[in-house]
Amino acid sequence: MNRIAGIINLDQEIDNMNELTYFRCTGAVPFAARYRLIDFTISNMINANIDSIAIFARKKYRSLLDHLEQGKAWDLDRQHGGLFILPPDWNDPTDISKGELQHFHNNIDFIHRVQADYIIITGSQHICNIDMQDVLEEHIATKADVTVVYKNVDQLHPEHQFTNKLTLDNNNRVVEIDYEKENTQIYMNMYIMKKTALLNWIELSIEKGYSNLFNDAIIPNLSSLHVHGYEYSGTHAFIHSVESYYRNSMCLLNDDSYDGLFQTEAPILTKLKNEVPATYAKNSFVRRSMVANGCHIHGDVQNSILFRSVKVGEGAKIEDSIIMQRCEIAPDAVLKHVILDKECSISSGQVLIGTKENPFVVAKRQRL
Amino acid sequence: MKKKECVAMILAGGQGTRLQSLTYDIAKPAVFYGGKYRIIDFTLSNCTNSGIDTVGVLTQYEPHVLNDYIGIGSAWDLDRNFGGVSLLPPYMQSKGGDWYKGTADAIYQNIKYLDYYQPEHVLILSGDHIYKMDYARMLEFHQSSQADATISVIKVPLDEANRFGIMDTDEVGRIVDFEEKPSNPKNNLASMGVYIFRYDVLKDYLLSDASDPQSSHDFGKDIIPTMLKDEKQLMSYTFDGYWKDVGTIQSLWQANMDLLEDTTQLDLHEHTWRIYSNNPSLPAQLIGKSATVKNALIGEKCHIYGEVDHSVLFYGVDVAKDAVITDSIIMPNVSIGQGVRIHRAIVMEGSIIKDNSVIGNLSDDEEISVYVGSNKNKDPHYVTMMK
Repeated sequence: MNRIAGIINLDQEIDNMNELTYFRCTGAVPFAARYRLIDFTISNMINANIDSIAIFARKKYRSLLDHLEQGKAWDLDRQHGGLFILPPDWNDPTDISKGELQHFHNNIDFIHRVQADYIIITGSQHICNIDMQDVLEEHIATKADVTVVYKNVDQLHPEHQFTNKLTLDNNNRVVEIDYEKENTQIYMNMYIMKKTALLNWIELSIEKGYSNLFNDAIIPNLSSLHVHGYEYSGTHAFIHSVESYYRNSMCLLNDDSYDGLFQTEAPILTKLKNEVPATYAKNSFVRRSMVANGCHIHGDVQNSILFRSVKVGEGAKIEDSIIMQRCEIAPDAVLKHVILDKECSISSGQVLIGTKENPFVVAKRQRL
Repeated sequence: MKKKECVAMILAGGQGTRLQSLTYDIAKPAVFYGGKYRIIDFTLSNCTNSGIDTVGVLTQYEPHVLNDYIGIGSAWDLDRNFGGVSLLPPYMQSKGGDWYKGTADAIYQNIKYLDYYQPEHVLILSGDHIYKMDYARMLEFHQSSQADATISVIKVPLDEANRFGIMDTDEVGRIVDFEEKPSNPKNNLASMGVYIFRYDVLKDYLLSDASDPQSSHDFGKDIIPTMLKDEKQLMSYTFDGYWKDVGTIQSLWQANMDLLEDTTQLDLHEHTWRIYSNNPSLPAQLIGKSATVKNALIGEKCHIYGEVDHSVLFYGVDVAKDAVITDSIIMPNVSIGQGVRIHRAIVMEGSIIKDNSVIGNLSDDEEISVYVGSNKNKDPHYVTMMK
């Protein structure tokens, strides 16, 4: 078996998530009733037997550190390898690197030391359940220098204008990478190459003063490099804005999306909280919703997602909303098209109404 | 050499024959309870929450599920450098080996384990009771009353007292007499099977009990009566709260249903006294657009399209459209087909229930049915009924 190491680069992620990322980075945004975005990437890596994972973080990483701990939830608390969370503490006086390359330069020891032949580099914003060993197999079979992962989406949504698009030839060799509007082949910000090749590219990119390895070193060299496109065909979402967050969250209420993302053979793991099973009171009414452990529901909940330990009072009505961990909704409150960040409390009789395109977002720990 | 103030020993080796098919291939403490727990979670969590970090779990009957479940004890924060949880099955010594012949014999055979930690006190617990109890309080009481042994008791209705071991106490709580299932109980203080002994005293009694061929090697029948006869200082410690011995199908069913009461005495939501458990990491449950869920506890990764009323569903249960579940307990990873009707039943782990089946007696509100749908070693679709 070929050994792969993982790098999750949270720097330079596209963030239009407003209130949701006031106090956290994109990777730490809560998603799907009990996860954070980064859980999907980490779990995909674990499911591919990747047990050395570095996380490049630049800012707002407090809640990320709290969430990841020593990586125990993903079995990453290892004697050898495991989880390396690498925030910026850079003191090299000879450092001339820029942008994303600063992470590579200052954490080059991780890449040197890690026992792996290949490195897969990705971010946290593309939600998927992908078999990374299969990506590597195709990479080796096609003798490519770099393999990039893409999704051919059925429908283009506003968020896709922020992603690179791939143009491929008949053998799935990448011939062009740009932002072409009508192209449905979405680059998933995930590429794999040999560790030795990566070390060379890092060195070259720093010498040339590049600030992004993929954009500045790989994309301009598509004619001389063999860059292969690996098509991912499973459930996929790119989350960068409140609107894309809301719409893609709501998709999970469909069986197909839920089953595509949460597979028994390739589970998505997250930190456990030891909550009680969800408790439904005698007069609760719940339809078409996703409900996490620890919730205590007395009121009406429809087309909504409730994270862990949400309390819904009697007569409260929650519709088309996302309610994050430990929120308390007092009796007779009405919420429609609302996103409540963690630990909000909504007082009795309060009415909050947003729209599908513009959900009403309440920042963490507000009392309304 | 470091010492421990108090070491807990959990008796978890019993078969629990009265639970019938529920303990066909697992030990009683490993039986599921409350939508995500196994019974032993309560005792283990009580230890952790009481600050007791050295726990021996005595196993004998069908230990594999229990072994795997407890592991190194991380779920209960019992993975410690010194102490932590140890699984203690019977073992061979140079002079041979034997099964655990009784509760006292099980502790006697592990005197070496206790000696290693040199505890001042030993807490003896059963792994098959549902309750939240602060053993630290009981230990303080035991120490301040300078008792050789302290027995935790709970008040039971006098007309039910003949089902328990009953303590007769004086005005300061000193135990003057002990009667096992008395026909004319003089008191209503029932033993909960929770004991704290001074270890040096206990060790003496265990050694002499082991050499007595007449003894049944049981705490309630042998050790406690002998200590009383010797006029040792035996104190009763009254526990006030929810406590249930889930030894029968009826009591296990009832203890689950107790969780659905508005005013349940057993508050699992209490964050200062969490009940920890070792569960798989699963996605949130999905309640479908045709579902009705009322008065229920529902675990993770359940997919519900039918009707659930006054029931407890463990994780990974699928309920198809038009299925109706009432007054029942559905254990993990059960698949329930369309139009199925389940009433007053316990459905065992992994069962697959075909469309339009009926489980339980719909016209009876006394019976509890047990449905075993996927036991590898047993005839599938095996149903027992009992009053």
